[in-house]
Amino acid sequence: MDISTLTICDAAAELRKKTFSSVELTQAVLDAINKKDADLNAYLSVDAEGALLQAEAADAARSAGRDGDLLGIPVAVKDLINVAGQPCTCASKQLVGYVSPYDATVSAKLRQAGVVFAGRTNMDEFAMGSSTENSAFKVTRNPHDLTRVPGGSSGGSAAAVAGGEAIAALGTDTGGSIRQPASFCGCVGLKPSYGRVSRYGVTAFASSLDQVGPMTKTVEDAAVLLQALAGRDAHDGTTPDVPVPDYRAALRGGLKGMKIGLPKEYYIGGADHEVMACVRKAVDACAAAGAEIVEVSLPHTEYAIAVYYIVATAEASANLARFDGVRYGHRTANPGSVFDLYAKSRAEGLGTEVKRRIILGTYVLSSGYYDAYYGRAQKVRTLIRKDFAEAFKTCDALLTPVAPTAAYRIGEACDDPLKMYLGDIFTVPANLAGLCGISVPCGQTAAGLPVGMQLLGPAFGEGSILRAAYAYEQGVRA
Amino acid sequence: MSHTLDVAYVAELARLELSPDEKRTFQLQLETIVNYVEKIGELDLAGIEPTLHGQALVNVFREDVVVPSLDRECVLANAPERNGFEFKLPKIVEDA
Amino acid sequence: MSKYLITIGLETHVQLKTNTKMFCGCSLKFGEEPNTNVCPVCLGYPGALPVMNREAVKLTVMSGLMLGCEISRLSTFDRKNYFYPDMSKDYQISQQARPLCLGGGVTIQTPAGPKRVRINHIHLEEDAAKINHYARFSGVDFNRCGTPLMEIVSEPDLSSPDEALAYVQALKQILVYAGVSDCNLEEGNLRCDVNISVRPEGQEQLGTRAEIKNMNTFKGIYAALEYEIARQLATVARGGVIVQETRRWEPDLGETQSMRSKENAHDYRYFPEPDLVPVALASEQIAAWKALLPELPSARRERMVAEYGIPEYDAGVLADAKENADFFEAAVRLCSPGLGKTVSNWFMTEVMRQLSVTGKTISECPLTPAALAELVELVDKRVINGPTAKELSAELFENGGMPGVLVAKRGLGQVSDSGALEGFVEQAIAANAKSVEDYRAGKKAAAGFLVGQVMKLSKGKADPQRVGILVAEKLARLA
Repeated sequence: MDISTLTICDAAAELRKKTFSSVELTQAVLDAINKKDADLNAYLSVDAEGALLQAEAADAARSAGRDGDLLGIPVAVKDLINVAGQPCTCASKQLVGYVSPYDATVSAKLRQAGVVFAGRTNMDEFAMGSSTENSAFKVTRNPHDLTRVPGGSSGGSAAAVAGGEAIAALGTDTGGSIRQPASFCGCVGLKPSYGRVSRYGVTAFASSLDQVGPMTKTVEDAAVLLQALAGRDAHDGTTPDVPVPDYRAALRGGLKGMKIGLPKEYYIGGADHEVMACVRKAVDACAAAGAEIVEVSLPHTEYAIAVYYIVATAEASANLARFDGVRYGHRTANPGSVFDLYAKSRAEGLGTEVKRRIILGTYVLSSGYYDAYYGRAQKVRTLIRKDFAEAFKTCDALLTPVAPTAAYRIGEACDDPLKMYLGDIFTVPANLAGLCGISVPCGQTAAGLPVGMQLLGPAFGEGSILRAAYAYEQGVRA
Repeated sequence: MSHTLDVAYVAELARLELSPDEKRTFQLQLETIVNYVEKIGELDLAGIEPTLHGQALVNVFREDVVVPSLDRECVLANAPERNGFEFKLPKIVEDA
Repeated sequence: MSKYLITIGLETHVQLKTNTKMFCGCSLKFGEEPNTNVCPVCLGYPGALPVMNREAVKLTVMSGLMLGCEISRLSTFDRKNYFYPDMSKDYQISQQARPLCLGGGVTIQTPAGPKRVRINHIHLEEDAAKINHYARFSGVDFNRCGTPLMEIVSEPDLSSPDEALAYVQALKQILVYAGVSDCNLEEGNLRCDVNISVRPEGQEQLGTRAEIKNMNTFKGIYAALEYEIARQLATVARGGVIVQETRRWEPDLGETQSMRSKENAHDYRYFPEPDLVPVALASEQIAAWKALLPELPSARRERMVAEYGIPEYDAGVLADAKENADFFEAAVRLCSPGLGKTVSNWFMTEVMRQLSVTGKTISECPLTPAALAELVELVDKRVINGPTAKELSAELFENGGMPGVLVAKRGLGQVSDSGALEGFVEQAIAANAKSVEDYRAGKKAAAGFLVGQVMKLSKGKADPQRVGILVAEKLARLA
């Protein structure tokens, strides 16, 4: 048995039974990385020595009587989440050489739970992109077809999990960056409600949209990992004091009696017919499992991409200003002035997509344009939130496609940024509205590429979407 | 809505030195994108409050209690250039 | 030349008296080694997030209440975007749309009588780091970066350097009174930017204004304003035009100089800070903070006159510094009724003299209100005489302790017992026959000399008043 392909729950069961140790499990994952990553390019860096030390410590703790679902489990971390003593490049040349002096809250929580930090996964630079092709360092490949992208921006995490190079991984999702790569790679990806998981220590792309979440092989694993991540954090003033339920217990409700809404705007055109066929089959499966299917409407859907690209880039233009070559990161050689130091360091350190979005974000905030762009966009955002609030009056969760297509070929969609942006249409609204969403595999295209379906729940309704997703997943397996 | 996106001006605001090629490409691409996002101009937004935060919350504070700072060597090890215990910069000519 | 009107408005930045920075738990201890009080938040590290210091909000609201401002029920924070190496995130968290306090004002004294200077608003923001300039490069120390700063923005109600100075001094007094800031200019606790313009009398519209930065002392503010007014008037006089610009006060040169500014320098791209949720203040919260406020200096002055029967002048001097007034009131309250004026005399002469000699503040001295009160009582009850009390006060000022204890220990109580005093009087008369003769010859001053002799014989402990009576009686009998 190749233990590197185990789920969190299976590996934890074996660790408890002492079938193998955490050191053995970690070594198996490291071996898998060694064997496969030359093809997949999922990782940007691997800390084998540190990981084995953490695994040893976990084994010692277990011998001393400690237990825990994550104790001794290796987890891959997207390379924009700070882990003390490790790099955090955000897949940008701007942060080459930066060593993090601190743990993000999610890192600290996982450390506390006894997780082994195996390595850091590739991504679109500063999480800006949907294919991981915008990494400054390498292009990650889809484990199901090496000529195709893994999706993005958390493409490295998705490929590592789906390709058997990680037991589980952390991703971040600002407009679909967990859910879309999960769909492309055939794994589970959960974007928690805004504020459910602390953002402290997670390099910010768009502060009012970003969330960290689990990328796993099963829905149950997603529940286990979310359990460890969720909750109010004193270092993040946008995490409300909403109680964290027992997510694993929430799995066991079944679809019977649940109302699943289908937003009609998500089902008219747009998406590839093979994708839609998989999603419709999933709808039928849910109905067969006892869910009541209702049609709902989200009338402002057509504005979501416009709102997203104004709000996200505006916030990003400020968030990324700090990458200036003064305190850390890349600095141009022999700058003549401080202005030069900024303009040249940033020109050299930041990639094309990042520059494009910074310029767009700077423009929409610049003198005379605030009201027309940012001000209006935030009002339309209110309308989008209201659409969802209305919809959730008649259903417990929404079922939609995740992305309009399955994984496309590397290099295929790069030329036209607007076309790329439009591909986010099914995922972006959840971020704008602060909702939770999960991507669950729901079939394959004729070419054997995975397709995911998305379940969306109201803010802090993770329990509902986990329950529906788990029931669906178990039904398919059975 | 009418707009005059001047990539050169905005890039300077954002402290990004662009090559002439980049300026041309970005100008074209961003004009297309800006045209697209101006779609939001169609809506009547009278009386609609903006959503400024990811979740509606108020009054999140920390107490005024000192916590340990970072180790200075750790911080300066990340500095591209240092002068003793300071972050070193080209000489600054004061401007407003 | 026609007459010109001068218009001045001030933006006063005040460092709040908190233990920690505005958005992180780094210490604000002054004078530490460079880059020791820094963390991911105040260094603008990737992923760091700000969390609001409750105390900073409280102190700003208390300042607003002291200055008669309206407190915003809902207040928000904004990002002000600009690249400068002293601002680690390359944006400053400030308040543009909804500041904490609105309106309010300060009354200053002018030769033409009291004048109300209106405040536009008070907002809370974070301070920048310190940049040190060397011959060939600059260096940044982020210890100060993220310090809570309150910015008090006045209306352009001031019309002379004297008024501007009076305004800043009045602000300082109120803020120190309220305990919200030390307002220590040397440590940069209080810094001003000034907007200034001139216009011909009769013109409604304000003239083009210049903003002056970098005035760190009261003297600097005054000198910079004098210089700038003269510069603007001279420019206008020779038909020139005032340019809207930022100028920098150069104390060494004694002049303001134009600062080069980029065309886009003021495109700050403000937008609401997504990382900080609004501050919503319930009336109960505001009331609770209001209850913590001390009396304003002007109100205290009036109350002390009424309550203790001290002159306006004394009350003014005492109320000037809160700790002096606190000390005085504590002492008076320990004394028998009617001694207010006496306590005030002692404080204003002996204590303040010693404060000025030693350069200390009252809180730095071992003298306690109880000791001063006891001293005044001992004199009033004629237990000790004035000269003894003066000596004691010097000693108490330096070493502390209670005067009653010292009097008992050293037998400093004054001698009022007639028997003992009569002995001294007779001794003095016997030894100074010449003086007695002079007295008889009509030189009444000779009696004073004899009193002095008696005091000497008693080693200063005799009650001088009683001695005077006894000497007079004796001389009368001899006559």
